[in-house]
Amino acid sequence: MKKIEAVIRHFKLEEVKDALTEAGVSGMTVTEVRGFGRQKGHKEQYRGAEYTVDFVPKVKIELIVDDDESQKVVDAILNTARTGQIGDGKIFVSDLGEAVRIRTGETGSESL
Amino acid sequence: MKKRLLGRTVVLLSSLLLLTNTTYAQETEEIVLDSGNIAWMLTSSALVLMMTAPGLALFYGGLVRKKNILSVMMQCVFLMGMMTVVWGVCGYSFAFGGENPYVGNFDHLFLKGVMPSAELSMDASVDGMIFAVFQGMFFIITPALICGAFAERMKFSTMCVYSLLWGIFVYCPIAHWVWADSGWLCEWNEKASFPALDFAGGTVVHISSGMSALVCSILIGKRLGFGQEPMPPHNLTYTCIGAALLWVGWFGFNAGSALAANALAVNAFVATHMAAAAGVVAWSVAEWIQHGRPSVLGGCSGAVAGLVCITPAAGAVNPMQGILLGLAAGYVCFLACTKLKNTFGYDDSLDAFGVHGVGGTLGALLVGVFATKDITGERYGWLEGNAWQMVNQSVSILAAAALGIVGSFIILKVLDAVMGLRVTQDEELQGLDLTQHGEEGYIFL
Repeated sequence: MKKIEAVIRHFKLEEVKDALTEAGVSGMTVTEVRGFGRQKGHKEQYRGAEYTVDFVPKVKIELIVDDDESQKVVDAILNTARTGQIGDGKIFVSDLGEAVRIRTGETGSESL
Repeated sequence: MKKRLLGRTVVLLSSLLLLTNTTYAQETEEIVLDSGNIAWMLTSSALVLMMTAPGLALFYGGLVRKKNILSVMMQCVFLMGMMTVVWGVCGYSFAFGGENPYVGNFDHLFLKGVMPSAELSMDASVDGMIFAVFQGMFFIITPALICGAFAERMKFSTMCVYSLLWGIFVYCPIAHWVWADSGWLCEWNEKASFPALDFAGGTVVHISSGMSALVCSILIGKRLGFGQEPMPPHNLTYTCIGAALLWVGWFGFNAGSALAANALAVNAFVATHMAAAAGVVAWSVAEWIQHGRPSVLGGCSGAVAGLVCITPAAGAVNPMQGILLGLAAGYVCFLACTKLKNTFGYDDSLDAFGVHGVGGTLGALLVGVFATKDITGERYGWLEGNAWQMVNQSVSILAAAALGIVGSFIILKVLDAVMGLRVTQDEELQGLDLTQHGEEGYIFL
């Protein structure tokens, strides 16, 4: 199994979710995150005070798939989340040790 | 103040008497307000209370960091409680009792001679009761305004004692000077040394609190990390709602200060609205030009600045002059909050001085310039040839500022020695919500 984490733009979430569902993914977890890469932050002004906000808000998708599904899923994210501008985000793929469905105790691919 | 109220009401009632031939007003010495006036004054009193919470509570609450929002809300709510009780017990008497030009007396302790009693019938008490409760709302919001200066770091216990002493030793005397019939700065006191125009509290509310705020912010010191770490407002949505509530509440504050539902109240209402609107425009445009974008916080601050500035003038200038005052206030307060504060480096956290001290002073001066006989009937300002009014205005500004500054300085120095002004460094880092009140503003899950 692989764990795929993708940090993407907020407004791309629906599109990415639809593409992933179409690719056969049965579930995912989404969190609001903040961070920076090549896209730097911005300046905010409140009355006289100016602040540089380095951490840019993004959405992180996490999903677990079988090894042979991995490439298809990564492609689906790539195709839908890309705008071509700096700040489109990143995809991380890693090997996953184990997954367990809490209700039944099923493990591995059956738990997904 | 009573005299002003009665003077205006007599005319109204005598015309009523001719029409209806009622005699109730003749039976008592006190003139009984008619139902329209009573309804308006009760409404106005409620509107002024609404300014403290939710108005100011949300306005200030949104501006602090999220670990301190409850501390600001509690300061407002607790002051609504404490200052009201103090007002009933002794504050009203200290502000409006007696014939001395400088201080009140003990005549009306526990609202004696104000509330209905064996000697004072229900009908006869209406006038005094309305005045006492309306003025009581001012007694609440004025110290609450100061909270903006020491937000996010002052001990709650010290804040309570400070507000209590400040109310008695700073607010009550200034209110007496300006609004008691015998006050030495009172507009309608023929024996006043310097009869100043202050319709709804430019000196009594805004200069007194604004100048005290400056002293507070300097004596209590900067917030930990001020200037090094970002301290952006945590929820400008609240601030915007708060500003809108303040705007609405201010109609009670200013138009209510006519003390009747009459032509003066109408003028005050319209002038107030115009000034607030002009304040929004001035501050926003100034930001637009200087920073490239108009901000929500700027628009909201501009409205408050315009409202502060028109407060002493609402009963003495017309609505178009109100626009001028609002424009001036929006721009001058913008400069005070962005340039002045940065130049001198004091941490007036929520700009209580920058908006109320500066805007109040500006308003108290400009009413001396623009006051017109068209509105006041008798008093008029520099533009209509009465340059001396500027002297009266200046003296009232200096007097209110001096008592605010000296009074706050002494109270804070004493409290610093006795109980300490600030929370500990650790408490400040954790936030006042948790350390002063044992609660959190935002609990998710």
